Amino acid sequence: MAERPRAAPRLAAELRDVWKEFVKGGRRVEAVRAIDFAVAPNEFAAILGPSGCGKSTLLNMVAGFDRPTRGQVWANGAPVEGPDPSRAVVFQEPALFPWYTVLDNITFGPKTRRVPPEVYRPRVAALLSQVGLEGFASHYPAELSGGMKQRVGIARVLVMEPELLLMDEPFGSLDAQTRLVMQELLLEVWERRHQTVLFVTHDVEEALLLADSVSVMTARPGRIKKRITVELPRPRALDLTTSPLFNELKREVLALIREERLRAAAE
Amino acid sequence: MSRRGPWFILLPLLLLGLWHVAVTRQWVMPGIIPAPAQVAESWQRWIFGKPGLSLSPYSGTWVANVVYSARRVFEGFVIAAGVGIPLGLFIGWNRLVARIVDPSVQLLRPVPITAWLPFSIAVFGIYDAGALFLIALGAFYPIVVNTTHGVRDTNLLLLRAARMLGAGEPTVLRKVVLPSALPSIFTGLRLGVGVAWTAVIVAEMIAVKSGLGYVLWDAYYVGRMDICVATMFSVGLLGFVSDRIILGAGHLFLRWRVLEAHG
Repeated sequence: MAERPRAAPRLAAELRDVWKEFVKGGRRVEAVRAIDFAVAPNEFAAILGPSGCGKSTLLNMVAGFDRPTRGQVWANGAPVEGPDPSRAVVFQEPALFPWYTVLDNITFGPKTRRVPPEVYRPRVAALLSQVGLEGFASHYPAELSGGMKQRVGIARVLVMEPELLLMDEPFGSLDAQTRLVMQELLLEVWERRHQTVLFVTHDVEEALLLADSVSVMTARPGRIKKRITVELPRPRALDLTTSPLFNELKREVLALIREERLRAAAE
Repeated sequence: MSRRGPWFILLPLLLLGLWHVAVTRQWVMPGIIPAPAQVAESWQRWIFGKPGLSLSPYSGTWVANVVYSARRVFEGFVIAAGVGIPLGLFIGWNRLVARIVDPSVQLLRPVPITAWLPFSIAVFGIYDAGALFLIALGAFYPIVVNTTHGVRDTNLLLLRAARMLGAGEPTVLRKVVLPSALPSIFTGLRLGVGVAWTAVIVAEMIAVKSGLGYVLWDAYYVGRMDICVATMFSVGLLGFVSDRIILGAGHLFLRWRVLEAHG
């Protein structure tokens, strides 16, 4: 068999000169402007910005829920045409199907894609224990706490083994304690699979703790102000947030945010 | 008495007592309104009496008439649900279907089913088909409107979740939209069965010669108000029972929703 030509290392996600406008109440609103942005395979990329800066819009375009007004969105070597299981999403709200049990929520994807049960069953069992939900398989979402629901939301997409995991402020609606637990869980998951992640947040510490790169966005219309590489050693744990290197990075990011706030206020 | 005691029995007993006193003291026109005891006795004979042997032509015919009416309600209701639920799903889901079908539904809906009576008799004659047409039409509107409403109320986030998990439109419709609309659909079914009982009485009073509606009108003509009142109670009871059946089926399908309400 002839050797196939080796493909150039393709990007997990790429936005080329992307603009997005909405019509809201009869008025045109520019959400993001001239975005050039890429996520490398196995990278944990965070996008950091104030609420309303268009960072969720950016993620929705990669997910295929929204189309750009101008420019191109690519993922895994193909233009994004619509939602696809290779680009799975964890939303800010758990968005579980309330009429399905935890187990049926997690197997929704594999069943829909006709994955044979003998393939997904062991994966589901492993995931349930990994996210600490053994014994809750037959519970309905209404019987779970906010943190548990979000874990189901994460298990539901990890079972698909997506090429790119999109997370839209996934811990934003959780209390501070639960958020820390979830961040550690996500770090653990990342160590295990080196899962490519695009993570949207407004929490500076969360972005620095989790990500390999943090892209700071401007206020609306959102642009990428600066991309910072987070060269903190892995595996990481929560105590990293007290290290000098972490605080140095945090100062840098906060300075960027302050600068941006002043610029926005001056306009 | 405990707070969960049989308090619901209090008001009916009070009303029954008031009715009894009003008749025996002749507060209302004497001889027109029968006393509760008289209604109870006639009703009992209507149910358990031997047909043909008694002086009353109604003796022992209750079950047969109930079966006539209940069967019509059931058949009409099944037709209404069979057309109304799928149509409601499509109107709610597809903008093109909504634009083509919905205006006609909304225009026809204000026409009361009683206004359809002459049309129904002209087309179907005084047969079962006419009654079924009225019942199905009456029950159809609340079912289709509530189903449409339920579909349109589906959470956008759940639709996005299903799509990013790989679901195509048929799967989204079956696994997300339908279960999400189910509470609304059951509301429509409950309203629909109520209209169905209204429609069956109207249809039987005029368009067919059997069932509780026919007995009601017939008894009125021959001055048997006791039978009229017993019929009213019968219809009320049957309406209540059919509502409970649908409610029970709803609880069976909507276990997750019960959990949500208490959670």
